[in-house]
Amino acid sequence: MKNIDSLAHAKGESLYIDDLPILEGTLFGYVFDSPVAKGTIKKFDLSDALKLEGVIRIFTYKDIPGQNQIGIIIKDEHLLAENEVHFVGQPIAFIVAESENIAKKAKKLIRIEIDEKEPITNPRIAFEKGELIMPSRSFKLGNIDTAWAECDYVFEGKVESGAQEHLYLETQGAYSYTTEKGNIRISSATQGPTAAQKIAASVLGISMHKIEVDVIRLGGAFGGKEDQATAWAVMTALATFHLKKPVKFCLQRPDDMRMTGKRHPYSSDYKIGLDKNLKIIAYQAIYYQNAGAAADLSPAIMERTLFHGTNSYFIPNVSLTAHSCRTNLPPNTAFRGFGAPQGVFVIESAISRAASELKIDAFKIQKINLLKDNDEFSFGQIASEVEARNTWNLLEEKIHFSSKNIEIDKFNSENKHFKKGMALMPICFGISFTNTVMNHARCLVHIYQDGSVGISTGAIEMGQGVNTKLLQIASLIFGISANDIKLETTNTSRVANTSPTAASSAADLNGKALEIACNSLVSRLKNKAAEILNIDAGHLHFTENYIFIEGQKSDLSWQKLIEKAFFSRINLSEIGHYATPNIHFDKTKEKGHPFAYHVYGTAAIVAEVDCIRGISKIEEVTIIHDSGKSINLNIDRGQIEGAVIQAIGWVTMEEIVHNKKGQLLSNALSSYKVPDIYSIPKVFEIEHLKTEGHEMAIFKSKAIGEPPFIYGIGAYFAVQNAIKAFNKDYKIAFDLPFTPEKILMALFKK
Amino acid sequence: MIHFILNNQLVLAEVPKGTVLLDYIRDSKRLKGTKSACREGDCGSCTVLVGSLKNNKLEYKAITSCITPIGNINGKHVVTIEGLDQDKISPIQQALIDSGAIQCGYCTPGIVLSLTGYLLSNQNFNFDSAKDAIAGNICRCTGYKSIERALELILKPLELINTNNRFVELINKGYLPASFAEIQRMLSTIQEKAPVPDSKMIVGGGTDLYVQKPDELIDKDLNFFSDIPELNHITFDNNLCRIGAASKISDILNNEILNARIPGLNSYMQLIASNLIRNIATIAGNIVNASPIGDLSILFLALDASLLLKNSSSNIRKIKLDTFFKAYKQIDLNENEYVAEIEFKLPGGSDLFNFEKVSKREHLDIASVNSAFLVQIEQNIIKTIQISVGGVSPVPLMLHKTCKYMTGKVLNTQTIQSAIEILDQEISPISDVRGSAEYKRLLTRQLFFAHFIKLFPDKFELNELLNNKVAK
Repeated sequence: MKNIDSLAHAKGESLYIDDLPILEGTLFGYVFDSPVAKGTIKKFDLSDALKLEGVIRIFTYKDIPGQNQIGIIIKDEHLLAENEVHFVGQPIAFIVAESENIAKKAKKLIRIEIDEKEPITNPRIAFEKGELIMPSRSFKLGNIDTAWAECDYVFEGKVESGAQEHLYLETQGAYSYTTEKGNIRISSATQGPTAAQKIAASVLGISMHKIEVDVIRLGGAFGGKEDQATAWAVMTALATFHLKKPVKFCLQRPDDMRMTGKRHPYSSDYKIGLDKNLKIIAYQAIYYQNAGAAADLSPAIMERTLFHGTNSYFIPNVSLTAHSCRTNLPPNTAFRGFGAPQGVFVIESAISRAASELKIDAFKIQKINLLKDNDEFSFGQIASEVEARNTWNLLEEKIHFSSKNIEIDKFNSENKHFKKGMALMPICFGISFTNTVMNHARCLVHIYQDGSVGISTGAIEMGQGVNTKLLQIASLIFGISANDIKLETTNTSRVANTSPTAASSAADLNGKALEIACNSLVSRLKNKAAEILNIDAGHLHFTENYIFIEGQKSDLSWQKLIEKAFFSRINLSEIGHYATPNIHFDKTKEKGHPFAYHVYGTAAIVAEVDCIRGISKIEEVTIIHDSGKSINLNIDRGQIEGAVIQAIGWVTMEEIVHNKKGQLLSNALSSYKVPDIYSIPKVFEIEHLKTEGHEMAIFKSKAIGEPPFIYGIGAYFAVQNAIKAFNKDYKIAFDLPFTPEKILMALFKK
Repeated sequence: MIHFILNNQLVLAEVPKGTVLLDYIRDSKRLKGTKSACREGDCGSCTVLVGSLKNNKLEYKAITSCITPIGNINGKHVVTIEGLDQDKISPIQQALIDSGAIQCGYCTPGIVLSLTGYLLSNQNFNFDSAKDAIAGNICRCTGYKSIERALELILKPLELINTNNRFVELINKGYLPASFAEIQRMLSTIQEKAPVPDSKMIVGGGTDLYVQKPDELIDKDLNFFSDIPELNHITFDNNLCRIGAASKISDILNNEILNARIPGLNSYMQLIASNLIRNIATIAGNIVNASPIGDLSILFLALDASLLLKNSSSNIRKIKLDTFFKAYKQIDLNENEYVAEIEFKLPGGSDLFNFEKVSKREHLDIASVNSAFLVQIEQNIIKTIQISVGGVSPVPLMLHKTCKYMTGKVLNTQTIQSAIEILDQEISPISDVRGSAEYKRLLTRQLFFAHFIKLFPDKFELNELLNNKVAK
C-alpha cells in the first residue's frame, strides 16, 4: 500500500500549518532574538517598535502569567529571555502585528544593549570550565582496567562529528486561537503535541484541559519538531491568551536555521585494545556532547549514545563515559538516530584506526567481533534474536565480497586520478524510548453507524507513513477496505498524555494500542454476528467487508452488522492502551533491559574519489536489512533509502559552521547544502532479511525510522579507503563531514 | 498593475510590482499548493510554470516563484499545482504515487511542476535531462531513489509524444488540463507594450537581488529588464558572439551554435545553479553581482569577453570584462549606465576550452573555486592562453602573469610546474564558509592541473605534475 496521503500531496491539496484558512482578525507573530551568544541585557527599548502602525503588542517575559520555563527534561530554558542571553537566536520578545511584514519591520525598531561576554562553542572547553548540563554518566562491562594488559594492540585517538541541520522543508510554526471560556486551541507543527499542551498550560498558568493541541501533519521533522516545536506554539498561545485573538507564526528559513538546535556535534576520545586474533578485548570512549545552551533533549540523546557505544559488536570489557557540555549555541536536539550515530561513528573510527595501524582491512576486525545471541551489552541487556552475523554473511554473498575487493583493487591500480574505496557497516539499533515510562500509547476508534471508521492516535504523520501503517492494521483486523477508514488529526482532546512521535516507536506503540482497540471491538461484534448468524463466534472472521464462517462468505456484511449492533446499543467506540511489557532500566546501576528489541542489518558502501579535484561520490549502497515481517515494504524502502541518503549528507556534505562569536555562518540553503538528486548512488539495493519478525513489533514488522541512518556512516570510511588508495602516507583522521576540503587536504597532506 | 493569467483565469494584480510571485499566489490568491520553504531559489518547493508568447509561440519554463518579482510575469501565464487537472491526475503525479516517491509531500507539487515544465519545454526526453529538470527540487525525506524510479515510469510513454504538436498531445494524454488550449488566445489579448531599458533600479531575473534584500525591493519603482526584447538575443557575426544582457543562462545552455563551438558547454552550464534558476537568471545579472566566484564571470573572462554598456542617451561604452571588476563588489558602471550586451570571439578550430568548478555539492551550489581555461597550442607551443579563477581574490580573476609566462612556452610538465609558482603569487584567497584559504590555494593548483589533464589526457597525469610537490 502506498502512503495514504500520496494523492492529496501530489495534487497540492494537503494542509500544513501555513496553509490553514485564516480566521477573521488573525494577527501575526515574529520573534526578536538575541544577536549575541552570551551576555547581560543592559537596555531593552520597545518604544519605537510599538509606535509602528499595525503593531499590536510586544510580549516579553514580564507578560508570562505562569512559569517562564520550557525545559522538558531539565527546567533550564526560558521561553523568553529575562536578563541573560545564552545563544544567538535566543527569543527575547514576541512581536504581534496586523501583518507579518509589519512585525518584521517592528523587529528592526527594537533597541537592545547587551553587555557581551565571551561565548563557549567548544564542548571540551565547556567541560574544563565545569559547564555541564547534568552529572556525567558511565556504562561499564567487565573490567577495563585489567583488560588492557590482555591486549596485544592498543590504539587511542580523537573523533569529531559535526552538527546537522534538520532542514525539514516545512519550517516551524503554530497557529492559536481562543475557543471560549478562555480555552485555547493550537494548531502546531509538532512531533509532541502533549509537550506543547503541557508547556503552554504551565507558561500561561492554567490547566492542561484548557489547551487543545491539534496536528494535521508535518512537512518533515526528523526530530527537529520533537521538542523545538513547543516554543513557537507557546508563544502564539501566550499572545492569544492576552489578546483573545487568533495569532499565527510560521518561521522564515533563516530564522528557523538560526534559532533552532541541530544534531549534537560530539568530540570524543577512544581507546581500543585487540588481541592477536583481532578480537576486541577492551574499548573505552569518552564523549563530549555539545548540548548547546540548555538541556532540551540532550540528556536522553547522551544516553542513547551510551546505549549504542559498541554498535553491533560484543566487547567483554567496556567503559563508556558521556559528558553533556553546556555551550553558547542554540540547544541541540533530537535528530534521526538520537545520539546513536555519534556513538557508532566513534567505535567505527576506532576500528578503522586499528585496521589502518595493523595494515589490514577494517572488515576483518568488524566481522570477527559481531554480536551473537546471549552476548551482553554494556548496559546489561542480553542480546537475543541477533541477526548481525546473518545479515553480514548474506551481504558478503550478495555483493560477491572477495571478487568485489579484487575489482576495486584493479580499478585503483588502473586509474591514476580516480580511486574507489569500500566500507561495510553493520547496525544494531535498540527500539523503545530509553526512558521506560514513555513507552505507552493510546488510541480512540469510532465505528460510525454506517460502518465507516475514524481512528485517532497519538502518532504524528510527518512523511514517514505511520498513518498508512495504522490504517493497514485497522483494515486487516476489521476486514474492511482502506476507503472505509480515516486517520484523524492528532489531537490532545481525543488522545491525551501522548509520548512524542519519536524513537522510531510510533508505529509499534500506537499500532499495538490500535490492535488492542480493534480486537476488542471485533470480539464484541463477533458476539453480535454469532447471534445473528446463529453460530459460535469462534467460527467467524471478518474480511472483504463481510463476515466469513469457516472461510465461507456469509450474507452478513460489515455494514449490516454495524447497523444491527448500533440498534442493539452496542458500544461502537473503543480506547486502546498499550504499554511495552518487560522493559526496565535502573539508572542508579546503569543496567537493565531498556529495549523491546533491536533492528539489525549490514550495508556495503562504495565511494569514488576524484583525486584531482578532491570530490567524492557514493557509487554503491547494498543493504541486507532486518525489517522483521514488514507490513509495508514500500514505506520501509522509502524510510531506508531516505535515512541512508540523509546520513550520507551528514558524513560527506552537510557542514554547520559557526564563527567564534557563536554566529551561524551556514545560515541558509545557499551555504548549507543537503543531498540533491545527484547525490544518490547509482546502485542502491536493499534486500530484506527473511525472518519471522519480533513479537514486540507491531504485526512483527520492525521499527524503521532511525536504524537505517546508521548505514550511511559507512560512506565516511568508504571515502577514507579511497583516499588511502591514493595517498599511502595519509594520516588517518576522523572528523565528519568529509567535505571536499577535507578530502583534498587528506589526498595531498603528508 | 500586472496583467497575467493565473491557471485559467485572467488576473489583474493590484500589488506593487516588486511583490514576490509566491506571496501573491499564496497570500492574495490563497492558492496553498505552492509551498514556501527557503525563499532563495535553493529548494524548488515554490516551483511554478510560466508561459509566455515568443514570436507568437507559447513557451513554458519552470521557475522558482519565491525570488520572482511579479513585475517579471506581466502578460504571461502562471501555472500552479492547482492549475493542473483537479479531477483526474496526470501521468506524472500517478508515477510519483506508484513509485512511492511521496513522503511528507512538501516538495511534491514543485516536483510535479518541474516535470510538467520538462514535458512542455524539452526536445529530447531522456533520463539525464529529466534528472536535470528536477535537480533544483530538494526532497529532505531524500526520496530521490523512488523519484528516479518515477522518472523511469514517466519517460517510457514520452517517446510517443510528438513535440511538434505538443499542447494537443499533452492535453489528450492527460498531462495538461483542456484549458491549456485556450491560453495562447487569452495571452494575445493581454499583450502590453514592450518595456524599454532604464538604468535606475534594474531587476533582471531577481535571482540575486531577491535573495539578498527582498524586503527592500517590494515597494520600489523597479525596472524589469528580463523581457526587454532588445536585450534578449544571441547573435553571431562571423566569429563574434553577442549575447543580450537579459538572456537567460538556459538560453546559452540551449543554444546549438554555442554548444557546437564550445564543446562541453552544456555540462558546464549544468554545474551552474539549477534549471529553475537558469530559466530566470540573466547573464548580466550574474556579472554585475560581481561575486568573486560568479560562474559566468569566470567563464566569460577566459573567453576574453567585452561588455557593451549603454547610458540613458544611448551612448555606448565598450570595456573588457576583465577591467569591469574593480574591487570587491565594485564594478566599472556609471550611475546612468546599464549592461546591454556581452560580446566575445568564439573559440576557433584549434582552441581548447575547459571549465572547472568545485563546491560542497556538485550541483546548485556556490563554488569554493572555479576556473575557466582557453588555450591554443601550435606544434606543442602555447600560442595563446587565458585562465580565469574565482574565489581566490576580491574579484573574478584573470591570471595575467601566469598566462603571460606560459605564452610561447613548450607545453610540458616543466612549464606547468613553473607556472604554478607564479599562479601562487597571483591569488589571495581568504577563509570563509566556502573553505579555508589554504584549501582554496591547493584547490586552485589542482584545478589548474585539471585543465591540462582533461584537455591533454595522454600527455599529463597528476603524479607527474605534482612531482613530489606537497601542500605547503
